Amino acid sequence: MSGYYRTRYAEDFALLDTATKKAWLAFLLVSLFIYPFLAGPLALDLANQILLGSIGAVALMLLTGYAGQISLGHAGLLAAGAFTTGILFKELGAGIWVTLPASAAVGAALGLVFGLPSLRLRGLYLAVSTLALHFIVTFAGGEYETRRGYSTGIIIDSPISDPRAWYLVLLAAAAATLLFGSNLLRARTGRAWRAIHGREAVAEALGVSVHRAKLSAFVVSSTLTALAGCLFAYYRGFVSAEAFSLYLTIQYVAMIIIGGMGSLLGAVLGTIFVVLFPYAIDIAMSALGLAERLSSVVFAVNYSAFGLVMIAFLVFEPQGLVGLWRRLQSWFLLWPFKQRPLA
Amino acid sequence: MQLAVNILVLASIYALICCGYVLIYKVSRVLSLAHGELMMLGAYGLYATASLFSGHPLVALAAAAALALAVGVAVYAALMWRMTGESVLAAVLATIALGILLRGAMILMFGTQTQYPLRDLGWTNASLDLGAARISAVGLTLILSTALVYGALAVFLRLTRWGIRMRAAGQYPLLAAQRGIGLHGIYALAWGLATFTAGLAGMLIACDAGLEGTLVIIGLKAFPAALVGGLDSLVGALLGSLVVASAEVLLIHYVDPLLSDVVPFVILLAMLVARPWGLLGTREELDRV
Repeated sequence: MSGYYRTRYAEDFALLDTATKKAWLAFLLVSLFIYPFLAGPLALDLANQILLGSIGAVALMLLTGYAGQISLGHAGLLAAGAFTTGILFKELGAGIWVTLPASAAVGAALGLVFGLPSLRLRGLYLAVSTLALHFIVTFAGGEYETRRGYSTGIIIDSPISDPRAWYLVLLAAAAATLLFGSNLLRARTGRAWRAIHGREAVAEALGVSVHRAKLSAFVVSSTLTALAGCLFAYYRGFVSAEAFSLYLTIQYVAMIIIGGMGSLLGAVLGTIFVVLFPYAIDIAMSALGLAERLSSVVFAVNYSAFGLVMIAFLVFEPQGLVGLWRRLQSWFLLWPFKQRPLA
Repeated sequence: MQLAVNILVLASIYALICCGYVLIYKVSRVLSLAHGELMMLGAYGLYATASLFSGHPLVALAAAAALALAVGVAVYAALMWRMTGESVLAAVLATIALGILLRGAMILMFGTQTQYPLRDLGWTNASLDLGAARISAVGLTLILSTALVYGALAVFLRLTRWGIRMRAAGQYPLLAAQRGIGLHGIYALAWGLATFTAGLAGMLIACDAGLEGTLVIIGLKAFPAALVGGLDSLVGALLGSLVVASAEVLLIHYVDPLLSDVVPFVILLAMLVARPWGLLGTREELDRV
């Protein structure tokens, strides 16, 4: 008998089922640990940005890609985490062991409050309430800055300053987020999320509490995002309301579109793409000799290229980078056939 | 009295922008988050035609308005028709992507400088005395054109063949398609009209306050007004604009000018909690077991 058969339910639930996958994961982990000792400062900073971004992207993926709830308040939630950190640091001189849980608590509370409308609203209206969250949080943050006289932003002393140490911390955080996410997704909660994404009425008929599933998706996602915001504040050493514009939300949304909806791997791939994209544009512009002429409007070039790429993915490859990857995989697996042969 | 005039002007700005959100949502259940950018594009259209037809301000205005209509139809033909029948999420995300693309493209084409299309047209923004209050000429034009647009839309949707088709497509797309209504044509028309009104709003605001990046924020701030009134009701949009504009003007006047950017969204949130389908909107039934 050939082939791979699962004979126990536990095998169905295993995160890593075959020896090949385990070997690849070990290889990946080793190379991730070696990376900081080989990379230069820019490459290290990029890796840190990717790791930091992937926490937020995974959080958004859980909410939008799996539970099917649109959120346009992601930058607002990051801002909530970052400002909680900044304010506690400035007012109380609190350390990271206070600010981290405090940010999580603020994120959870905001997720609960802004998830509440989701119980009565479908799709679009929800996007709108999260958009309101964005404006309210950034307004509150900006008010704090001006009232307390930090008009240029709040400066935070970070307990970690070495980029290599940051890399390891962020790697641990991102890995923990991914593990948490994939564990949650194979448990009852994750199955409930996918069920309400598919069709709410059917999910409810199957005994899923739609209310609880929606609210838990919001709370989990916004808690993770606020934690990412707290780390962001320490990593940058600086918090300012201007950093959390709607463009940041769009970037996070782009991460999950470009990566591929409904896949944690997609969230990570999308983050890599979005973080590296401006640098790629920069290189392309210097190669074309346009860098001088467009130097004052680089951000505009980024905006339009970004919009084009998002549209291209939405129209031509709605499954994102993960979809491309899967297509490539099956192309090799089935070669020389185009599709699975019958019988 | 001056406050009342300010409220009226702001309300008509919001109402003129809102009717685009409402039209697109009512007909195709898509929320266009590129509306602010389309508005700005309309204003830049006027800026371009004003220099092209210098000396003929009316021709320039008409050309810019026609351009806005064409842009709307083009947006549908180039992008949004592919999203017909896709999930709501995909369509909304497509409009976000379109918005960011347009924003970048506009900066690349026109730069970041503040432009004054009114000056380019060769007109000045006179201040009219109404006895107890003053209103700018552009402000008055805004109120009048909002009234005109809403009147025309009401007649169009109620009495003309295309208007009735549009409402039918909004009510039940499948049935409408089976009765021989071409949905793509209807949707393209809705996008065209929405972009036309947005462009009109953009042009008038640019004439009043100058043409710069903050126009997009105004477009976004009009959105709560549409939602407060009910996303699929034009009368609701008028009412919602009035509510949001009065709250904004009064709070700015009596409390804090900095509040202007958040007030609409706070009202929006209150509305979402209390009556999510808006003042006059149709209640969307959630599926219940």
